[in-house]
Amino acid sequence: MMSSGVRSNPVKGGGLSSGRRFKNSLMAGLMVLATLIVLTPLLLIFYFLIVNGIQSINWDTFTQLPKPEGETGGGFANAIVGSVIIVGMATVMGVIVGIGGGVMISEYREHPMVPAVRLISDVLSGIPAIVMGLVAYTLIIAEFKTFRGFAASLALGFIMIPIVVRTTEEVLKLVPQTVREAGLALGLPKWRVIYSIILPAARSGIITGVMLAISRVSGEAAPLLFTALGSQFWQLNPFSSLGMAALPLEIYNRANSPFPSSLPLAYAASLILVLMVFVTTLVARIATRKK
Amino acid sequence: MQNSRKVLSSRSDQYFKGLILLLGVAIIAIFGLSLYELVVGGWDALKTYGLGFLTDTVWDVPNEKYGALTFIVGTLLTSVPALLIAVLLAVPAAIFVTEYAPRWLAEPVSYLIELLAAIPSVIYGLWAIVFLVPLVQKLQMWIMTDPQLQKISWLVAAPTGRSLFTAVIVLSIMVIPYTASVARDVIRLVPADQREAAYALGATKWEVISMAILPYARAGIFGGVILSLGRALGETMAVTMVIGNNNAIPAGPFSATNTMASVIATQFQEATSDLQLSSLLGIGLLLFIISVIVNYLARLIVARLTPKGIK
Repeated sequence: MMSSGVRSNPVKGGGLSSGRRFKNSLMAGLMVLATLIVLTPLLLIFYFLIVNGIQSINWDTFTQLPKPEGETGGGFANAIVGSVIIVGMATVMGVIVGIGGGVMISEYREHPMVPAVRLISDVLSGIPAIVMGLVAYTLIIAEFKTFRGFAASLALGFIMIPIVVRTTEEVLKLVPQTVREAGLALGLPKWRVIYSIILPAARSGIITGVMLAISRVSGEAAPLLFTALGSQFWQLNPFSSLGMAALPLEIYNRANSPFPSSLPLAYAASLILVLMVFVTTLVARIATRKK
Repeated sequence: MQNSRKVLSSRSDQYFKGLILLLGVAIIAIFGLSLYELVVGGWDALKTYGLGFLTDTVWDVPNEKYGALTFIVGTLLTSVPALLIAVLLAVPAAIFVTEYAPRWLAEPVSYLIELLAAIPSVIYGLWAIVFLVPLVQKLQMWIMTDPQLQKISWLVAAPTGRSLFTAVIVLSIMVIPYTASVARDVIRLVPADQREAAYALGATKWEVISMAILPYARAGIFGGVILSLGRALGETMAVTMVIGNNNAIPAGPFSATNTMASVIATQFQEATSDLQLSSLLGIGLLLFIISVIVNYLARLIVARLTPKGIK
């Protein structure tokens, strides 16, 4: 990629003043130092997660309900299932609206609304997750006094949409113009060309975008704080007025607990959450690399 | 026959186009609806306090007196220093990855830095509570007890380890990957001629970087920094968990305080009165507007300052 071939200096040794040479080495040293400082917390966090997480994970983690604070043992099967339900419903929303928006920006370029959709989608991606939680609260919970899990999905769906729009637009751009022209030349209507030729051609890229969006929102706790609320019990109904458990909330509540016996559950939940996030990211990466 | 097929296909085209446009417009509707809900929700507070909502530092729940200035200040005092630290570390790290490191090292290092971005905020918070808070607590104790440092011991406040300082450290760790990956991408896009020409003039590696690469990449890096600022302003969980959640402007770096996001996170669920709820929604509205402006500016800067041919 980059021109690493030109790194040796033709005037090596010769005309280079010692001041310039010193500055050159000093700066190289500083770059290495900065990189090491950047990597240190990452390695610390990994070490912390793996060592504490593995010690705290056992069969109960995946099968039991949480024990009351202060008691040891128990698990968070309900939070794993709750996270899957909440993120799953958000994904449906993110996929439908996100791919639709991406198709609009890329395939109906001439439409006067396209610049507005693109700009708004970009700006939407920068709105803090907690604000989206507030919006979902006022839209759903303040209005209907119920649907807690669904409100959480709505917030996460809003966060996913711009990510999916962006990646869909980018991969659709990669589909050669000639493919569209060939389809139209065969007499296919435009919607057929988009639905049966362009979208399948861009499928792996779009899946990557969706996976990245899923991995991004499955770790969000802030928008769940006052929507899903969290729960110590089984709650499979996202339209209930009772709180629903989710992994990030479990970590937050356990981390803030005054009882040290709560920490192992927080460690275990963190390791599982990080693994889920990394595996999704990794799958997305590998899918793109093949392309 | 030919005719009816044409009519059919143009009708299905219309339906499909209509559906796609509907989904596109739904994105605008989500934005508009969010803004509307926050304005309506925060209306009570804005009506009651007017501009005083932005300039008052009193946040007194029992007496129903709410001003947001403390949290605006808290947000700036956490995000701006965190961003400065992040830039000072992330840009050199990006230069290392693109200009110094051999390929076998560059790839895993930049991948590791990207992994930092994928770790959920709440896990940074947990790590900070278990690892960073006790360290900061020790630092505070040391400043308080060391006779040499008696003069600055007023800075320390209560040695709980949860403070502005702790929040800044965590936040800077979280912002580094965004800044670093933008900087890396921008530096990679600097044309090879630019580099080669500088080398041909006899420049050292550092001179090539400082005179040929950085000036070229400056706009893109700056845009990335502004985007990172947007992230830092709205970051919630990790900050909430270590900042101490005190509704007062901090007296020093080791004082507990709150940001706009952290006060919403800790109080919204437990808000007892409609006016408190409305004030928190008003802070949410403020955060919404600031994020929109910051993001829009970042994109404008990148679009305007980046030389042609670079995205």
